[in-house]
Amino acid sequence: MKIALIDYDAGNIHSVRKALNVAASNIGLSIDVSVGSDPDTICKADRIVLPGDGAFADCVEHLRAVEGLTEALGEAVHKKGHPFLGICVGMQLLATKGLELGETAGLDWLKGTVERIQPNDKALKVPHMGWNTLNARQPHPLLNNIELGTNGLHAYFLHAYHFIPHNMNDVIATSEYGQAITAVIAKDNIAGTQFHPEKSQKLGVQLLQNFLNWTP
Amino acid sequence: MLKTRLIPCLDVKNGRVVKGVQFLDLVDAGDPVESARAYDKAGADELCFLDITASAEARGTILDVVRRTAEACFMPVTVGGGVRNLDDIRALLLAGADKVSINTAAVRDKTIVARAAAKFGTQAIVVAIDAKKVSLANESERFEIFTHGGRNPTGIDAVEFACDVARLGAGEILLTSMDRDGTKIGYDIPLTKAISNAVNIPVVASGGVGTLDHLVDGVKLGGASAVLAASIFHFGTYTIMEAKQHMAKAGIAMRLD
Repeated sequence: MKIALIDYDAGNIHSVRKALNVAASNIGLSIDVSVGSDPDTICKADRIVLPGDGAFADCVEHLRAVEGLTEALGEAVHKKGHPFLGICVGMQLLATKGLELGETAGLDWLKGTVERIQPNDKALKVPHMGWNTLNARQPHPLLNNIELGTNGLHAYFLHAYHFIPHNMNDVIATSEYGQAITAVIAKDNIAGTQFHPEKSQKLGVQLLQNFLNWTP
Repeated sequence: MLKTRLIPCLDVKNGRVVKGVQFLDLVDAGDPVESARAYDKAGADELCFLDITASAEARGTILDVVRRTAEACFMPVTVGGGVRNLDDIRALLLAGADKVSINTAAVRDKTIVARAAAKFGTQAIVVAIDAKKVSLANESERFEIFTHGGRNPTGIDAVEFACDVARLGAGEILLTSMDRDGTKIGYDIPLTKAISNAVNIPVVASGGVGTLDHLVDGVKLGGASAVLAASIFHFGTYTIMEAKQHMAKAGIAMRLD
């Protein structure tokens, strides 16, 4: 299976590659992860992963700076229907717009806005930083074999902004942090996690295994 | 709900883990990559990696050590030590750091925090504050920032500085009491509390842990979002899981996956 791991100079690619390889080996799948931003490679890949660490506006700028990259992503995801996973800012970029340091247009694949977290409980600090549990809003293959709820497994979050979708049907799981934080989104062949599966030990590896097995 | 984090810290000098008392008298505590792998397996919530290599030429190797350390674990890694500019931050993030900690460079010029946050996001920028109590016994408590391993006083008030960097976009404060570092008599609770109460970003308590109750105190009395320790774990006094279970028994929400 060919995986395109998009490198647009926005963060920690190696951890994601390593985690994908561990997940694949756990399920006896042979994968070939190509790291880069070459439109041709993206179009030929079976699955696409868009990681991202950083500020929304800066990541959008880097993404758009690579000629043909957003077009190739659009073709692979929308025309060919290949499974896509966005991680952290890579998920947030799917929104209509982001409000981190001014308003910036996102890819608009999933209607919504990325806004600063403002917990109702003022004692809660921002960024939302650390390990939190997931609450399922609807069943989804990406959550297979993951213990959910208060006594479930934990995922690692590291973000000050969060995805507020227009359509709540796009939300697969949330995390509680003074309000419901969008943790996993999915629509058709497009999925995203606000947390870092590559840094989330047991839960993270299982989610990546589920992504590699996912046939939307 | 969000859990309190327990963070083992690797002080790395010339590619080896070392640990000292009040930033001096360093003893060898092993290979950083091996340590990272062991702490990952043991259930640590994050790893803190501080490069305390002094000479500029020896620093070149640090990116490779960071890369191998990050590769060895499935938990987030904060890297600090000698970060001077945005290029240093970018290089560390690309090598596998999830967060980068800035110390002296932020003391010298606070605006680096704003520039770094705009570039890499507030969540990736940690400001490390090394503070000492400077008030006399009959005065109200006052803490001042020191640099260069505690040798250089700056005249900067630690609480004011913490508020400033939080406003400028720091995502977290790594707060070390230089009076307590390596002493095993517990965190400086008044310092931890003063900074935690003053800022709305997470504060990591550091410096002085000798018993598991000290970790509890850092959270319950100091208001820290995360607690950091080095020697008690490096030298096997306690395991990560013993520490987490102890904290959980004391009523702190911990991840025990």
